[in-house]
Amino acid sequence: MTDAPAISVRGLTKRFGDKTVVDDFDLDVARGQIHGFLGPNGSGKTTTIRMLCGLLVPDGGSGSCLGRDILTEAWEIKRRVGYMTQRFSLYEDLTIRENLDFVARLYGLDRRREKVDRALDRLGLAKRSGQLAGTLSGGWKQRLALAACVLHEPELLLLDEPTAGVDPKARREFWDEIHTLAEGGMTVLVSTHYMDEAERCHRIAYLAYGKLLAVGTVAEVIAHSGLSTWHVSGPERRIGTLARDLASRPGVEMVAPFGATLHVSGSQAAALAEAIAPFRAEPGLTWSEAKPSLEDAFIHLMAEAPAQNGAPSR
Amino acid sequence: MRSGPHFAWHRLAAMVVKEFIQMRRDRLTFAMMVGIPIIQLTLFGYAINADPRNLPTAVLSQDNSSFSRALVTALQTSTYFRVAAVAQDPEMLDRMLARGEVQFAVEIPTGFGRDLMRGDRPALLVMADATDPAATGNAAGALDRIVQSALTPLLDGPLAGLAQGQPPVDLRIQRRYNPEGLTQYNIVPGLMGTILTMTMIIMTALAVTRERERGTMENLLAMPVRPVEVMIGKLAPFILVGGIQVLVILTAATLLFHVPMVGDPLVLAAGLLVFIVANLAVGFLFSTVASNQLQAMQMSFFFFLPSILMSGFMFPFRGMPDWAQTIGEALPLTHVLRVVRGVMLKGNTMIDTWPDIWPMLAFLGAVSLLAVMRYRQTLD
Ligand SMILES: Nc1ncnc2c1ncn2[C@@H]1O[C@H](COP(=O)(O)OP(=O)(O)O)[C@@H](O)[C@H]1O
Ligand SMILES: [Mg+2]
Repeated sequence: MTDAPAISVRGLTKRFGDKTVVDDFDLDVARGQIHGFLGPNGSGKTTTIRMLCGLLVPDGGSGSCLGRDILTEAWEIKRRVGYMTQRFSLYEDLTIRENLDFVARLYGLDRRREKVDRALDRLGLAKRSGQLAGTLSGGWKQRLALAACVLHEPELLLLDEPTAGVDPKARREFWDEIHTLAEGGMTVLVSTHYMDEAERCHRIAYLAYGKLLAVGTVAEVIAHSGLSTWHVSGPERRIGTLARDLASRPGVEMVAPFGATLHVSGSQAAALAEAIAPFRAEPGLTWSEAKPSLEDAFIHLMAEAPAQNGAPSR
Repeated sequence: MRSGPHFAWHRLAAMVVKEFIQMRRDRLTFAMMVGIPIIQLTLFGYAINADPRNLPTAVLSQDNSSFSRALVTALQTSTYFRVAAVAQDPEMLDRMLARGEVQFAVEIPTGFGRDLMRGDRPALLVMADATDPAATGNAAGALDRIVQSALTPLLDGPLAGLAQGQPPVDLRIQRRYNPEGLTQYNIVPGLMGTILTMTMIIMTALAVTRERERGTMENLLAMPVRPVEVMIGKLAPFILVGGIQVLVILTAATLLFHVPMVGDPLVLAAGLLVFIVANLAVGFLFSTVASNQLQAMQMSFFFFLPSILMSGFMFPFRGMPDWAQTIGEALPLTHVLRVVRGVMLKGNTMIDTWPDIWPMLAFLGAVSLLAVMRYRQTLD
């Protein structure tokens, strides 16, 4: 059982009413990996994660988590998976320790006190263990939620936007913790909007409008997008007008200013080169061919995807 | 969801501990649960203790003797009655009583004085609107004395013999609309049943929907816990609350209203326990259907109304049509009223009360089964 992939699903589909929220979703996640899950708001990340841990019944498709069938063995999956919800869903009217105690009792952990104490220590919450969870700030709530869902030492951790609204330092620490857990053998599927977090994952999956658009390592996803990118820098005033000039040319699909630098991208390398040719020689502008960023790749992927917001699909 | 044990003590313990802590923190709810019975009892107690006077009374006098005139005067001077109308015929008398224009209707038959002097003990018919027994009880109770004192001064000389022995008049008090004439003895037990129904159902229904509204349900459902464990865990703290309510009401009933406790308190406790758990199960069932707290409240009231109307609390059970009695027999409140009255007032034993306990157990079993089946283990 332990060599079964952490996650292996095929054709997962979920509809709410006549809206297909997750459409024919395939995913394989090997044991011990940190798998990023990206996509714009409303693309179906939360819905997918809920189907993986038995909280929602898929309308189509099949698959397994930790070798257990997601349709028939939800109970076993729940016992061996830790799920951190997008919205804080521990009890705000219980203290930090009471929340952890509740979880520990529910899973029937032996040496409960010891484990709860250790979790409190590790998260630096020992001194505040008597504080009501509802009085914690966002960052501390996330830490508590993480502590609660790893208490029973799950084999698979599903984290739904665990760092949304958390400051950079806390985010960094949170990710260090995730890496420590993964080194201990835990598999992690984590949804996020942050590119720097995506780059800390072994592999990523990109979802838009319920469809899986790309999956692989960061480099693979960028390569898969087929995007070519040029950076051009120059005087601030010229950059603004240049952005407009470039955007209207055929072959240019994206122009995004980053300070005094423009990122100019297109999916046809040749067409893009032709489009920028007239400006290459312009004095004061410095051109360089660049590796597209993950963000460029995502925006490109989303722009190409058939937008079907709200429209019934298939 | 079919593997693994279907029940585990550690999971139940986790739920129970959590629920108790949450209830302890929820001071407002807790205060309300103890406060409601006190407030209700005080209000009802006030009504029970009140000794209303000057109750509007209609008189139909078909006799014009000094006896009948003395009677009417005595009614008036007793201050219990205020002769507000004089009826021309029995139909008019009935109508005034039915419409609530008067609380009492007194009918003095033809030949009242003549029959009285002959020693024929003529009938004196007093009809009371007993829908509010607390309002009419005292006045009706005083009637005997009033009639006696009105007539005695006139019974001298040759009539002195009539003053002895049987009363010279056949006083017939007719309690309309409430033949059982519920008194405070009946109201206090009834109040206990209704207060428990109300608070127990609403509190559990809210306890689960609150979990859904606050988003904590998602976390709970993501963990391995069985519906039956969630259900018992949610109900447990409220059994304690119900017990406290019962104690408050019983203390008040015996200290303030001197309701006797003839039977065994343990029998009473057993009956009430079954009743409390049955109501909690109803609340839990509602919470599995309701999607928010408002709906849970509405459903609770929806159950509460027929309970009050058809249990024999509001209207005498035997006076209801058959279909209403059938519904009433299914409701736990009906049976608990009989248990409480039976044990407190008549000293019923466990064997006597069993016919009312098993229907509550059956109700509890059916509702629990339904609730556990209905409890959704997914967010769909
Ligand atoms: N219970 C539900 N009922 C109806 N629509 C839902 C429900 N849950 C999610 N949705 C819709 O499904 C889409 C995907 O939502 P979600 O999975 O939360 O996306 P993400 O987590 O990627 O932001 C959204 O359009 C959302 O409005
Ligand atoms: Mg989401």
